[in-house]
Amino acid sequence: MSETAKIEVRSLRKSFGSNEVLKGIGLDVAKGGVVALIGPSGSGKSTLLRCINLLVVPDGGSVRVGDTRFAFGEGTKLPDVKTLARFRATTGMVFQHFNLFPHMTTLQNVMEGPITVRRMAKADAEKLARTQLAKVGLAEKADQYPATLSGGQKQRVAIARALAMEPDVMLFDEATSALDPELVGEVLNVIQQLASEGMTMVIVTHEIAFAREVADRVVFMRDGVVVEEGPARQVIDTPREAATRAFLSHFHRTGALPPANAAS
Amino acid sequence: MYHWDFGILWGYRWLFLNGLGVTVGFTVVIVVCGLLCGLIAAFGMLSRFAWVRAVALVFIEAFRCTPILVQLIWFYYALPILAGVEMTPITASALALSLYGGSFYSEIIRGGIVSIDRGQSEAGAALGMTPRQTMTRIVLPQAIKRMIPALMNQSIIQFKNTSLVSVLAVPDLVYQSQVAAHDSYRPLETYTAVALAYAAILIPLTILVRRGEKRMAVSE
Repeated sequence: MSETAKIEVRSLRKSFGSNEVLKGIGLDVAKGGVVALIGPSGSGKSTLLRCINLLVVPDGGSVRVGDTRFAFGEGTKLPDVKTLARFRATTGMVFQHFNLFPHMTTLQNVMEGPITVRRMAKADAEKLARTQLAKVGLAEKADQYPATLSGGQKQRVAIARALAMEPDVMLFDEATSALDPELVGEVLNVIQQLASEGMTMVIVTHEIAFAREVADRVVFMRDGVVVEEGPARQVIDTPREAATRAFLSHFHRTGALPPANAAS
Repeated sequence: MYHWDFGILWGYRWLFLNGLGVTVGFTVVIVVCGLLCGLIAAFGMLSRFAWVRAVALVFIEAFRCTPILVQLIWFYYALPILAGVEMTPITASALALSLYGGSFYSEIIRGGIVSIDRGQSEAGAALGMTPRQTMTRIVLPQAIKRMIPALMNQSIIQFKNTSLVSVLAVPDLVYQSQVAAHDSYRPLETYTAVALAYAAILIPLTILVRRGEKRMAVSE
């Protein structure tokens, strides 16, 4: 599998002070694959995700996305800011709290990456941004400021902003955890659409039913280690490990996606 | 009962206007230089390098924690001896007031920058922006909006602080009014008029600041 893997993480370690958050993690994501990271809070799944685009710099191990590989640990030099920026431009990330730029309109938010990072001409960037906004169903909100949007709309703009960089992989960090329940569906629908288009994705989520539906593989983490990993339905329907079973017992595992109540 | 006669001040109008011009011009210079100096010190405080932070901190505390009057006198009388350079009263007081203002501005600017949610710079970084791009495109535009009321307040204080340069015989409004008071034997009228002149300029400014603060409170 590792030969075709788009994302390859090896023996990744990270500590914050004396708190060891990642204890030698390995992860493979195939090209076009969708991996869901699940686990209790504090399990290290968000830190792992943030290590993939180096928003968090690991203490040891290695991360490869596409052809770019970084190794960490004693004797290795940290990548310089230019290298880091170039690398991150190829990985899109969506945050739990959206992190839209409040001083820019929706359209400007989506154009910001193409203009500042990809040095695209303004007209081209605007065309691209409008296409991405239409894709997440928010074409008519282009000239509004983020403060006027609902949580679900904000998160869809954030997805459009990440997609405007035309990334190789998308990382979702609890993208629906800050949303009101009735707004979760519209965001999950956009993610599902991306999956069906063959986008390589890593999704940190508490939406177990969604993970079962959309992800090919599920990784269950606890206390900084991978406890169980496998095909999504197998891990969620018939977990092998007691810890996985205990965690999953808190959720309704099956059932359809939450209803898509707003493509507006 | 004292018999007020503001009419006699009319004879000194050019003196007053001259002094007012120096006061306003001087304020513009020390606000601009102070902001520049504050910006540098603020970025110094946010530097990755400990020694840069230390230099910035020493500068800020040295100027925040000594009286401006002492600084003015020190810059005019002591610094030339130590540094071996001649300084006019205007240069010495412009230097002292700019650095003094800068030490306060820097804390306002630094506070504005760190008040912006970390998620904002993370989002910039995740898009592939360099730290510099994130600062100029994402963080600063938001931070400046938050800083403006406090920076305006500090500038108002700076405007009033210029009155101290009269001790170094810089011909500002206060200095000229001393001349007028001695000449006319009418200190009550003179200093009352001077106080009113400062207030007439600053009250509209404070109203502007208050409006700005209110607008900020609404938009957040």
